[in-house]
Amino acid sequence: MLPPVHAQSLVARLIREDWGRILSSLLASTGDFALAEDSLQDAVVSALEVWSRDGAPRNPDAWLITVARRKALDRIRHSQVADRKSNELALWLEQHHSDPEDREMSIPDHRLELIYTCCHPALEEKSRVALTLRALGGLSTEEIANAFLDKPAAMAARLTRAKHKLGAAGVAFKLPDPQDIAERTDTVLSVVYLIFTEGCHATNGEMMRENLVQEAIRLGRILASLLPDHAEAKGLLALMLLSDSRRLTRRGDSGEFVPLEAQNRARWDKVRISEGVALTEAALSHAPAGRYGLQAAISAVHAQAKSFDETDWPQIVALYDVLYGRFPNPILRINQALALSYADCPEAGLRLLASVEDEGKLASYQPFHACRADLLARLGRHLEAAESYRAAIALSRAPEEAGFLETRLSALRLN
Amino acid sequence: MQFMCLIYNAEDNGPQPGTEEFGPYMQGYMDFTEEVREAGKLLGGEALQPVSTATTVSVRGGKTEVVDGPFAETKEQLGGFYILDCKDLDEALAYAAKIPDAAYGRVEVRPVMIFD
Repeated sequence: MLPPVHAQSLVARLIREDWGRILSSLLASTGDFALAEDSLQDAVVSALEVWSRDGAPRNPDAWLITVARRKALDRIRHSQVADRKSNELALWLEQHHSDPEDREMSIPDHRLELIYTCCHPALEEKSRVALTLRALGGLSTEEIANAFLDKPAAMAARLTRAKHKLGAAGVAFKLPDPQDIAERTDTVLSVVYLIFTEGCHATNGEMMRENLVQEAIRLGRILASLLPDHAEAKGLLALMLLSDSRRLTRRGDSGEFVPLEAQNRARWDKVRISEGVALTEAALSHAPAGRYGLQAAISAVHAQAKSFDETDWPQIVALYDVLYGRFPNPILRINQALALSYADCPEAGLRLLASVEDEGKLASYQPFHACRADLLARLGRHLEAAESYRAAIALSRAPEEAGFLETRLSALRLN
Repeated sequence: MQFMCLIYNAEDNGPQPGTEEFGPYMQGYMDFTEEVREAGKLLGGEALQPVSTATTVSVRGGKTEVVDGPFAETKEQLGGFYILDCKDLDEALAYAAKIPDAAYGRVEVRPVMIFD
């Protein structure tokens, strides 16, 4: 027995770090998502009570899982429906009953099954995200609702619907069949990346959304370790680490947007960069390179440049070419045009932009106008640049984005 | 678990009788039915007469109303169904994807509620 202190912080840490592992283990034995989650919540409530009184057990996670199993058994016994399935389950739980104090218990890792189940394509995309954050990250309904700027009641209803569908529609808690695994893994990776990009929209004061970035990186680490042979799992983690290495320098003291060329590179996170670069190399050693690996490679070139001017722009342009060739998307051309303007000249960038303008899809896309404005301004075509800045400002959704463009606009000489 | 696969398509969509593609398409249905029967998955299934034969009944305020036509006036209509016994949704989805009309219309998969 340890002294009866810090029960609350110990429980908080367990929820943070071990929720997914404990929940997935419970799910593997019960196969019932709602039952597993409710029982684990019951066990957490007991832990707070018992640990504050008697001190924490030697193996807190084993304690939690054993108590959660008992709670599951209680729930089955007290439930009105005692069908064949729940009887079998009760028997199973009884046979696997163990005393949390009497032995070291190793919890088998079923998190991969858990994440594939939460990201099942039979669920809506937003529900996949919510369920993943809930089941693997142990985030509360309120935290998830805050992160997605939803009302807690709406998020609670969404989670309930999703859990109900898993149970009622016969979604099994298992790894996908071999023929489905590639596609399902893509879904899982995109859910994690969605969590990351959602968090990146956070502005100052939106702490909860910034936590989403850390949560996505944590999920990315879990995935990369659970899927050691999967290049794109490494690529995604690399991309997130490299992008996050510049987080602190993207905003100035008053929250204003700071573009890449003005960022203080000394404050970039060196640890994240070196880890990200190593992961990028590992991801790209498998051919053909995937979309996350290629994006990470572009990010790595930026991260390794000593200054903006010393950036290997031709390399970035070439990487965008490969990326566009494999995953054609007009939005990529905008970033490529900017890179090309430094590798070659602003006119070359404009020509590339004009080639996508024909597709007409980008007219309502803010970065298209912002990029065009920047290229025109650098060519001294200030009147045209002003027009593009105004179009970009009108399409800006975040005030700091608009503020940055306003500053650029007012720096033009318009007479 | 029992799953119902509801086959929706527009009647003028997909291979039509009298065309070269119609034979292989019907053969596809026979092969699929044979496959699920042999795998012990088939609990039932029927093709339905064209939607022009549909009649919709409702009772409002004790008065029965009979209307010519299907329940919903949409382009894609229910054309037939299978009831399959599968171990989970993934297996049901894999079979549903093999139903020939999945390539032209859509197949909705719903678990059958069991009352016991």
